[in-house]
Amino acid sequence: MSKINSVGELAELRAAILDQRDAGRPCITTCLGTGCHAYDSQEVYNAFAGEIHSRDLADKVDLRGSGCHGFCEQGPIVVLSPGEICYCHVQPEDAAEIITETVLKNEVIERLLYRDPVTGRRFEREGEIPFYKHQDRLILGQNRLLDPKNIEDYLALGGYKALAGALAEMTPEDVLEEVKKANLRGRGGGGFPAGIKWETARRAPEKEKYVIVNADEGDPGAYMDRSLLEGNPHLILEGLLIGAYAIGAAEGYLYARQEYPLAVENFTLAVQQAEEYGLLGSDILGTGFAFSVKIKRGAGAFVSGESSALMAAIEGLVGEPRPKHINTAISGLWGKPSNLNNVETWANVPLIIERGAAWFKRIGNERNSGTKIFSLVGKINNTGLVEVPMGTPLRKIIEDIGGGIPGGKKFKAVQTGGPSGGCIPEQYLDTPVDFDCLEELGAMMGSGGMIVMDEDNCIVDVAKYFMHFLKDESCGKCSSCREGTTRMYEILDAITRGEGREGDLELLEELAWVMKNASLCALGSTAANPVLSTLRYFREEYAAHIQEKRCPAKVCPALIRYSIDPEICDGCGRCRRSCPEKAITGELNTPLVIDGALCSRCGICREVCHLEAIVVE
Amino acid sequence: MVHLVIDGKGFQAEEGQNVLEVALENGIEIPHLCYHEQLSPYGGCRLCLVEITRGARTFLSTSCTYPCLEGLVVRTDTPDVLRARRLVLELLMPLAPEAPRLQALARQMGVTETRFASDEEVDDCIRCGLCIRACAELVGAEAITFSGRGERRKVEPPFGEEALNCIGCGACVFLCPTGCLHMEDQDGVRTLDKWKRTLSLKACASCGRRYLPFAQIEFARQKGEDPPAEGWFEFCPDCR
Amino acid sequence: MGKQAIERIVEKYGSDHADVLEMLIDIQEKEHYLSRETLQYLSERLAVPLTRLYHMATFYEALSLKRRGRHQIHVCMGTACHVRGAARILEQLERCLSIKSGEVTPDLQFGLATVNCVGTCALGPVVSVDGEYHGHMSASKVERMLKRYSETEANGVAVCQK
Repeated sequence: MSKINSVGELAELRAAILDQRDAGRPCITTCLGTGCHAYDSQEVYNAFAGEIHSRDLADKVDLRGSGCHGFCEQGPIVVLSPGEICYCHVQPEDAAEIITETVLKNEVIERLLYRDPVTGRRFEREGEIPFYKHQDRLILGQNRLLDPKNIEDYLALGGYKALAGALAEMTPEDVLEEVKKANLRGRGGGGFPAGIKWETARRAPEKEKYVIVNADEGDPGAYMDRSLLEGNPHLILEGLLIGAYAIGAAEGYLYARQEYPLAVENFTLAVQQAEEYGLLGSDILGTGFAFSVKIKRGAGAFVSGESSALMAAIEGLVGEPRPKHINTAISGLWGKPSNLNNVETWANVPLIIERGAAWFKRIGNERNSGTKIFSLVGKINNTGLVEVPMGTPLRKIIEDIGGGIPGGKKFKAVQTGGPSGGCIPEQYLDTPVDFDCLEELGAMMGSGGMIVMDEDNCIVDVAKYFMHFLKDESCGKCSSCREGTTRMYEILDAITRGEGREGDLELLEELAWVMKNASLCALGSTAANPVLSTLRYFREEYAAHIQEKRCPAKVCPALIRYSIDPEICDGCGRCRRSCPEKAITGELNTPLVIDGALCSRCGICREVCHLEAIVVE
Repeated sequence: MVHLVIDGKGFQAEEGQNVLEVALENGIEIPHLCYHEQLSPYGGCRLCLVEITRGARTFLSTSCTYPCLEGLVVRTDTPDVLRARRLVLELLMPLAPEAPRLQALARQMGVTETRFASDEEVDDCIRCGLCIRACAELVGAEAITFSGRGERRKVEPPFGEEALNCIGCGACVFLCPTGCLHMEDQDGVRTLDKWKRTLSLKACASCGRRYLPFAQIEFARQKGEDPPAEGWFEFCPDCR
Repeated sequence: MGKQAIERIVEKYGSDHADVLEMLIDIQEKEHYLSRETLQYLSERLAVPLTRLYHMATFYEALSLKRRGRHQIHVCMGTACHVRGAARILEQLERCLSIKSGEVTPDLQFGLATVNCVGTCALGPVVSVDGEYHGHMSASKVERMLKRYSETEANGVAVCQK
């Protein structure tokens, strides 16, 4: 490939690519995102490739391996166009039938269609499936349409058009104005307006400036950035390029988790391709704009996602936060003005530039423009990535898109915002989801993790879980965070062990106050949120643990007891065989008995019992 | 020069100076454990919290890391400041329950006891990092470091073994606010127990007392630091 | 790891000390741990204080100064996995392998560690072995999964003997 030397040449190349392609030709898209990949979707893809080859269909059928479609619950997912027929849980042995029936004869294979777990209804087209139907997939929707390893797929979809437009027709100030007008708020947590941050960096006196993609997606339960980087790396790169142009940066960094190898691989490849095509380098599209990108990996430290820690890590230091009384937009990486946004924020930029701030502002609500991607996980029927306009009510996300709670269980709470966020109970499900409303509820948008909990989840256990996470992930530099998280964990642990005391809740609140006010970085100052929000809405559940030594959700091992209902047990012996503590005794074919003294309450017996004879009290 | 107000009184400060430094210079007491005027501010112990008003915002911050800015208003004794400091001290006390400086601060601040229990094994270290910064910034030996993170964070030489870069100067021992570091000279050998370091001492040419680690002399020579006078290291401070 | 192999990695990053974490990650991936010699060599080669390298090696979850198992098991402790019972899976693995999280079996066959979210939340609870994801895990599936990786039949039986 020879370099593209001008905006005109880019348009010509795009036209040439489209010319070669037959838009009407059937295309089989197999999701190769990490979720589907774990279900062996690569083998499904290979099976299609084998069939196409052996039946000599290469010039009649296109095959594409795409990034994540979002509906991970149903993986491996295969979508057939035209028609957007969506097949779920596809196995390699289904490949031949799909080609014969659906691709060649236009016959839909009923058993592979999505089936609503509640109504049992099947849906043919992707867009009809309730999970997709209620979404607005401006960003995530592109994943299905391209092979992330192929820059030409991205170009065919209009990729780098926004960059070309910005370079050819807009001054950096124009770009900045557009992003400010769009009111694009940072998708990584705080929701700070990106345009204002960009402007601060642009106006900072130092000439050398940096732009950074924060792909250190550490919030447990959130994986939208992973899916975007894996599935559409050029979109992020294009956003970064536009930002660099607006801010006046010649160098950029992507800092990604080492735990996301495919994301690093695909982004690295995207950078190489962009360099080859002249979309990165010294004279981009012949406009004189110069920009290069380096990729850095994190090695497993949640705190390194904090902006000052992330910059320290890029510099080759330990990824610990530094006091930032001087904004990193003025003095960041190597003391230079540095603008950091997360993956999803950058992904919005090309859309804003191409379609305009006015268009962007029409999506979402007054103070929250655009869409937000959530990872809807936990106790929910349709687990996956969900993109909706900001301000969409929680209930719509959980009930209409998520399809409610599995197994007829009762909804208890949804946790948003990761370790800095909070739990929202049933009575607030009609709250519109945006930066401001969630904060009012004591939760947070965070990077968009949405973990649904049902009646079987213990709220104290969840609070303890987050505190364990935070005491582990605190860098340990400042005493209020290091000691505060450790002490809070100790108290919560004691409560779940039935050793809670009067005054514990008040002490937790005191610790929360000092951590919020005295800690060095946001990890510490928000660390108490999961405890505070659960105390706010579920105080009686804490009280049950402390005063009655009772875990209402029957989760905390020290407060529950396993037994076998002799009326139900048929003595099949499955539980006796699987019990790791050898705590189950009795004759086969007669009801068995659990020895409470040996039982470690691991719950394996309950998992393997085919009759639901195991009783937890 | 910038102007700021601390506890109602106006002060001038160099730009770049931190608030704690200016307060201390002017006789305003702010408790602190991890700060030393010759070392880079660290913001670890959180005891030097003050209330800062900058523009429309009022918040707590450590004064050791906060730069003096034009128009800054600082309060060192609001109820929130005092409450936060007391809680921070309560959190630090179990780490070094016997340390006199912590006990004195507790008395000063009206903290009678801590509600948090000490671990079974207490190493008396409050992770303030003064020793590490002294070793790296004042001495330049870089013999010790933090390791781990969160509650596992501690100070140690690389691999937890003998600190091979330690020259036995004792700066760390001198600065440690809890007295958890010990240095002992015996039979011509200096021992720093926590760094698992033993160093042979050079004898004074006059009185014969073995007083200075050879490693320290060698370190000074390698750094090209000339002693103040010819034969300086031959004599101990008493005999010079 | 031999000096030449380290040198290749150092040169891949242009001997830039700002890329030292990248180098450590590469070495960890190849060697499954960071030896003292490796850190000492890097310290001299890049003029980075050994204290900093040691701090890094103990700060990051993905780096290790101790040898890790030939099969490295990571139990995801992300929130989505937690609410679906990840703690019980970890306990069962600890029980089966007779080691705690962060340890390695005496024959170095299996290493066990937790990771705070691998970002495959829809599959939760997730256990990854050698980078291969096992979704929708349960405590009762642990034994079968271990047997798949066990190198000898005897070991397979030894696993979960308690």
